[in-house]
Formats: sequence, structure tokens, C-alpha cells
Amino acid sequence: MVTVEGLTKWYGSQCAVDHINFTARPGEILGFLGPNGAGKSTTMKMITSYIGQDEGTVNVCGFDTRENALESRSRIGYLPEHNPLYKDMYVKEFLGFAAGIHHVPNAASRIAEVIGLTGLGKEQHKPINALSKGYRQRVGLAQAMLHNPEVLILDEPTSGLDMNQLADIRTLIRDLGKEKTVILSTHIMQEVQALCDRVIIINEGKLVADDPIGELQNRIKGEHLITVKFLNTSFQLSELKSINGVERVEAKEGEVKIYADAGTDVRPDIFRLCAAKGWVIIEMVQEKLSVEYIFQKLTKNKHD
Amino acid sequence: MISIFLKEIHTFFSSLIAYMVIAVFLVLNGLFMWVFTDSSVLDYNYASMDPLFSLAPFILLILIPAITMRSFAEERQRGTIEFLFTKPLSDYDIIWGKFLANFCLVLFALLPTAVYYFSVYQLGSPVGNLDSGAIAGSYIGLFFLSASFVALGMLASALTDNQIVAFILGAFLCFVVHWAFDYLASLPVFIGNADAFIDGLGIQSHYDAMSKGAIDTKDLVYFAGLIAICITACHVIITSKK
Repeated sequence: MVTVEGLTKWYGSQCAVDHINFTARPGEILGFLGPNGAGKSTTMKMITSYIGQDEGTVNVCGFDTRENALESRSRIGYLPEHNPLYKDMYVKEFLGFAAGIHHVPNAASRIAEVIGLTGLGKEQHKPINALSKGYRQRVGLAQAMLHNPEVLILDEPTSGLDMNQLADIRTLIRDLGKEKTVILSTHIMQEVQALCDRVIIINEGKLVADDPIGELQNRIKGEHLITVKFLNTSFQLSELKSINGVERVEAKEGEVKIYADAGTDVRPDIFRLCAAKGWVIIEMVQEKLSVEYIFQKLTKNKHD
Repeated sequence: MISIFLKEIHTFFSSLIAYMVIAVFLVLNGLFMWVFTDSSVLDYNYASMDPLFSLAPFILLILIPAITMRSFAEERQRGTIEFLFTKPLSDYDIIWGKFLANFCLVLFALLPTAVYYFSVYQLGSPVGNLDSGAIAGSYIGLFFLSASFVALGMLASALTDNQIVAFILGAFLCFVVHWAFDYLASLPVFIGNADAFIDGLGIQSHYDAMSKGAIDTKDLVYFAGLIAICITACHVIITSKK
């Protein structure tokens, strides 16, 4: 269980994290979503007490990260964004070092177990600098889960993995999330949809959404996106917008994006209007709005 | 602390660092003590180990900052400092673990020079005609001097992310704290006991006092204080740089 209250961090005059509140519970995978520089990593660094906060509190499994930093750290498994590893060490040697720090009982068998779970079997006798980025990421993940922590904080855990590795690691994270509190950050939208139970969206240091993944999609369930491609640019946006049920329209390189109320199917009306005006449609696709869209909508509001 | 100590020692001995440090220290000392005619014990006419104890601080001035330069600068440059500081280790666990490992490596280089003692002992006329008390005192002085240089070198490493800067700064700090106060005190501008006070701020006066075979509490307190100040400064710098 991780409870964050009023967490704030200033870098000079810039507010990197601005009064963020949220709770992450056991058995839940919490996704952190946000553009680069939004404050995701800074928040994670404060939860792991790597950097101190200027305001607010972080409580990990009943321990305040300021007052009981060591107690809270011993309950966290952390995979930092740049995955720092001692590259001159061998995989097993590095995991042995991490096990020593955490006083892991039966270290040798636990190391063998996490090597198996993270699929490092073939690479376990190699020095870390001889491993590919994907395997190094697995070593980072192995050291994070080695001491069987109650909380796992994973900063972009799947970066650098190929498609096959991605599926394995996602399954592993999903399994871990059944019992533990998992907080992961990512910029890949499909990952949030595939893995997370709840999503927190951070933009410019502020929390802009904190919802279960289903609810977040429901928020804009009322909208459909219809992409229409025309043969030429003779169409008029104002007339398309006047169709009953259309919320707004955007045009980009001969392609028109029509955001419409999901209650009525506007496609027949679009067709009839275009046929009457002689605008030749070469393609028309209707899709449900994705998390990516929600994310863009929530984070771009300020600039629109 | 034990995990950090063991990891550091392992890094030293699994790379060339440890072997280079020990080999360079022993070769240089061996040459000056037994081969070069200007400083050789064989041409000295006295059964003494003075060449070793007068030369060792100069060699350690270069070797110790070369060992300690990686302590924090390398961790910060590689980002592994984030790994250490998010583990259940206190800042002092990390600093002391590294300090002890660096100091142990220096001890590994110093210990083989005990062979010189037995050689000079046998070469004395009659056999055993040498001041063992002064030699024991000198060794203790050299241990404390090494520990102080290690602490100063680590302080330099905490100040910068660049290992070369850490090495040069470390060597400079060791030079200033060991020799500069002695030179400064010798300037004829001080009134009363000011020159003695300034001389006492440097390592050299305390090292020389111990070399005579007299272990004074004053000298021990000085070395302990110097190391404690450096380690505390290290802690303050590391915390502020997070």
C-alpha cells in the first residue's frame, strides 16, 4: 500500500510535482501516464526516497518515507528509468550483491528462482555488459523483485524489449500485480490498456486523472471518431459540422476527423451530405476513442 | 555496510585496480629502498627503514586518490548511485563501506613491506640492531596517514562527477593537508605560538611525532578528527547532491 498526500517538488522556480494525492493498493497495477517531463519519474524517486520532497508525505506500508526511509525502502522493489547496473559484474554476482543488501534468506535458491521468472536462464553466467538492452532490463527487474517486496515501482519496465520479450514480461508483471502493489510508468498506451487496473495521468506536475481504466474510457464513451478520406479538398468543414450529432471536426491533409456523439450513427448523414455536394469519399472508418486519445485530450487542454 | 565493503573489495580484485596499486607501491618503494644508491638502505650505513617511511607518503599521495577517485564520481556518472540510495542502506553504511574497502586495499599494499623489516633486522650488525619501537610507531603513523588520505580522496570524489577531477582534487587535498601547513608555519611572519598551531593542523607534524615511536593521544585524536570531518563532509555533499 502506498499513500501519497500533497506531494510537491520544486526544481528552482519550476514546480516539477504539484500537490499530488493518490493511493495504490495491493493487488492493483497502477499506471502512471504522462508526457516527457510531466513529473512521473520525480514522483517515483520521491516514493523510493531517492530524492526528498518539498511538501507532502509518502507512506509505504505504514512507514513514512522521510521518518523511516530504510523501513520503507526495504518494502520497495524499484526499477529506475535508466536501469542502473554494475556492468562489470556478472548477472548472478550482481543479484547476490542485491540479495546481501536485503538480507534475503536462502539467497542462492531465491536468485535461481528470479532468474527463472525473468527468463535470464541462458544469460546468467555472463557479465552484464555483454547483455543486450532487453536482457539488462530483465536483470533490473530481477533485482527489483528479488527480496519479494510488497511494493514494486517500475519506471518504464518494458523499454528496450522486443515483441516476444514484451509478452513474457507483461505476464510476469500481471502475475506480480495479483498480490503486490505495482506502480508502473509508461508512455506506451497499449501497455496501460493491457496491464493496468487504474491509471493516473500527470501533466506538468499536476494530477489530471485518477480513474480505473474502464471508467476512464467511459468518460468519453459518448464520443466516436470517424475518419473520412476525400478524393480532393473541395469539402467544407462548416457543412460537415452542421450534421446532427457531430461535436467537432478537424481537417488534416485531405483527411477529416469527425468527433460525433456515440448515441446516433452519423455515417449515413455524412454519406448523404457528401453525395449531394459531390464530395467523393474514398474511405470512412469509425473507431472507439483510445486511452491515447483520452490522454491527449486531458493533457492538451491547457494549450488548446 | 558489509555488502558494500565486500562488493568494493570484489571490484578491486576482479579488475586490475588492486594488482596495479599493490605492484606500483611495492616496486617504487623497493627501488628506492634497495636499489637507487641515493636512498638505498644498503648504502645508508644504518639499519633503518627511514627511506620507506619518508618516501611512502609521496607514493600514497598519488596512489590513494587513484583508488578513491571512483568511489562516488563513478557511481554518479553511471547512475548506480540511484541503485544504492534506494536500497535499505543508510548514507553512512555506503560511505563507511567504501572507506573500509579503500583503506583495506592500501593495507594490502603496505603489509608486504613487513618483509623489509625482517631483511633490515637480519642485515643489522649485530643482527637485530634496529629501533623496532620507532618502526612500529612509523607503521601506525603510516596507517593513520593512509586512512586520512582515503577520507580526503573520498571527499574529493563526492564533490564531482568526473573521476579525473576527483583524482587531481584528491591529490591536491592530500598535499595541502599533509605538507602545506608545515611550509606555511615555517614562514617568519607569525607571532607567539601561532606557527606551532598551524604546523599542528597538518598531517606531517603528527606523522613525524608517531615515527619517533611515541603514540600520543593528541596525534590519535587529530587523525580521528580529520577522518570524521572528511566523512561528515562527504555525507553532507552526497545528501545535498541528491
